[in-house]
Amino acid sequence: MEDKAISHFFKQDGAHTLAFYLNQNGYEQAKKALKELTPEDLLNQVKAANLRGRGGAGFPAGVKWGFVPQGGDKPKYLCVNADEGEPGTFKDRYIMTYAPHRLLEGIIISCFCVGINTAYIYIRGEYENVAQRLETAIDEARAQGFLGKNILDSGFDLEVYVHRGAGAYICGEETALLESLEGKRGNPRLKPPFPASIGLFQCPTVINNVETIANIPLILHHGPEWFCNQGLPKDGGTRLFGVSGPVKKPGVYELPVGASLKDLIFTHAGGMQDGKTLKAVIPGGMSAPILKPDEIDITLDGDSLMEAKSMLGSGAVIVIDEDASMLEVLRIVAEFYSHESCGQCTPCRVGNPWIRKTVKRMAEGKGRRGDIENIRRVANNILGKTLCPLGDAAALPILALTEKFKEELETSLSD
Amino acid sequence: MSPEFSEQTKKAIAEIVARYPKKEAALLPVLHAAQREFGYISRATEKSVAGLLEISPAKVHEVVTFYTMYNRQPVGRYHVQICSNLSCSLLGAGSLIDHLSEKLGIQPGETTPDQKFTFSLVQCLGACEQAPCMMVNFEYFGNLDTPKIDEILDNLE
Ligand SMILES: Cc1cc2nc3c(=O)[nH]c(=O)nc-3n(C[C@H](O)[C@H](O)[C@H](O)COP(=O)(O)O)c2cc1C
Ligand code: SF4
Ligand code: FES
Repeated sequence: MEDKAISHFFKQDGAHTLAFYLNQNGYEQAKKALKELTPEDLLNQVKAANLRGRGGAGFPAGVKWGFVPQGGDKPKYLCVNADEGEPGTFKDRYIMTYAPHRLLEGIIISCFCVGINTAYIYIRGEYENVAQRLETAIDEARAQGFLGKNILDSGFDLEVYVHRGAGAYICGEETALLESLEGKRGNPRLKPPFPASIGLFQCPTVINNVETIANIPLILHHGPEWFCNQGLPKDGGTRLFGVSGPVKKPGVYELPVGASLKDLIFTHAGGMQDGKTLKAVIPGGMSAPILKPDEIDITLDGDSLMEAKSMLGSGAVIVIDEDASMLEVLRIVAEFYSHESCGQCTPCRVGNPWIRKTVKRMAEGKGRRGDIENIRRVANNILGKTLCPLGDAAALPILALTEKFKEELETSLSD
Repeated sequence: MSPEFSEQTKKAIAEIVARYPKKEAALLPVLHAAQREFGYISRATEKSVAGLLEISPAKVHEVVTFYTMYNRQPVGRYHVQICSNLSCSLLGAGSLIDHLSEKLGIQPGETTPDQKFTFSLVQCLGACEQAPCMMVNFEYFGNLDTPKIDEILDNLE
């Protein structure tokens, strides 16, 4: 593999085919893993690479894999999280569209490392065409002996299946994903037990984001030290940042962990469209608290965004311009979480629709003094009081919006 | 009367079921297959699917109503789903939604009397770099403006 970047294949004609991937020395790392390395070697490398999850929570992948109990007679599962429902996020679609074989190679290595023989790729239902591309890649890989029984004569068996969701953001939350994969409503489970011990079909399960898994062949090829040097010592590699909103060049950009948010917007994404000025940035998908222009001189890594009271999340950067009304932004955010609450916990089920209704009334010009304080009070009552992180994912951006843009929001209130 | 699955769908369903250690886990993909065949999931279809997977019709109904992609009423030949989430709205989705409503003569959630179009508003489609965007059946269209929407819809049979 000559390339050293996840995005190397993006937008190249034919990059999704097995022939193309093999030409780029594809599947060499899977061969090396299965034939020359032990699962322990692999786990040590992934741990040493400090690969953090790319799905939102940023948990170190090697540590997560290490939690899976070895031995025992239950089967173990890998669920690749391709739900990609966080508004602003579209990076995993690029990996699956242009580099499905890199994802499969990552899956083979990951499963061999953890002792897993069945993997499911849980993909959002709308990505029907992408799911078909994955199915084709799986068929190609199987025909070549990279999947199925006794892969490359190593004695290792692995089946990979694509499982389409059906339109429910909450199914991106890992335990809701498990419920959904079992054929149920996507209601998150209480943790503990954690999926590593009791997950899919009550068996030990690893859940990782598409981009996390797609990094594995690179780590193996170039070594954990190289990987760490790509990013930060405790947070290795690059990340795929999706930039959307009124910038000149919206799209997906691969930059080292720790790159500058300002550069991402003003250099890579070309800056604001002509005639537009920057008003705010949501740095990590809709769940991430909003930043004002004077807060964007910041590096893109979990720790520094946390320091700024926001989060890196899924790396989805939404750029907002001066022409946008913050009341409208707030309305869209409130509408989204109200729509997507699974309804299991009262604060989330009742609070989010209440906020949505209040903001809608404000948007209709019928806002009243005290509305913003009441919205904040309800959001604070959701915060930290729910079963799954969706509650906080709704409350935090709403609290940030109503704090940082209070004055503007107040202009919509009558007396 | 329960709708009968075609032989082809039955075969596809058998293949799907074999992918899981428990039959019930095949519910979402089987419902997708049923919707492909019948266009929507009626209560009768729910019953057939329940029979196939050996679960109760109530359980199937619970799932069908949880997920937004299962149509519980017939939809038009073309299901136009436009994103109303943030990145698309920042780039003008609002006026495109009004345009679609006017052009098709229906409100979001409705189907044209000739059963050609159903028009829906949806949450982020995962294609925000092409905002504003929409889906027509399973095809994505991005960087939309009114002329582009007119061209896309006028070219549909
Ligand atoms: C409401 C909600 C939605 C989520 N959606 C996604 C998603 O679409 N894709 C994803 O990879 N992770 C999503 N996550 C994070 C997952 O729960 C989980 O942390 C992740 O898949 C683990 O993989 P990683 O460690 O490789 O990031 C979501 C979490 C929450 C709370
Ligand atoms: S926080 Fe909301 S989405 Fe999460 S389990 Fe509770 S009700 Fe469901
Ligand atoms: S906001 Fe419209 S596709 Fe993401």
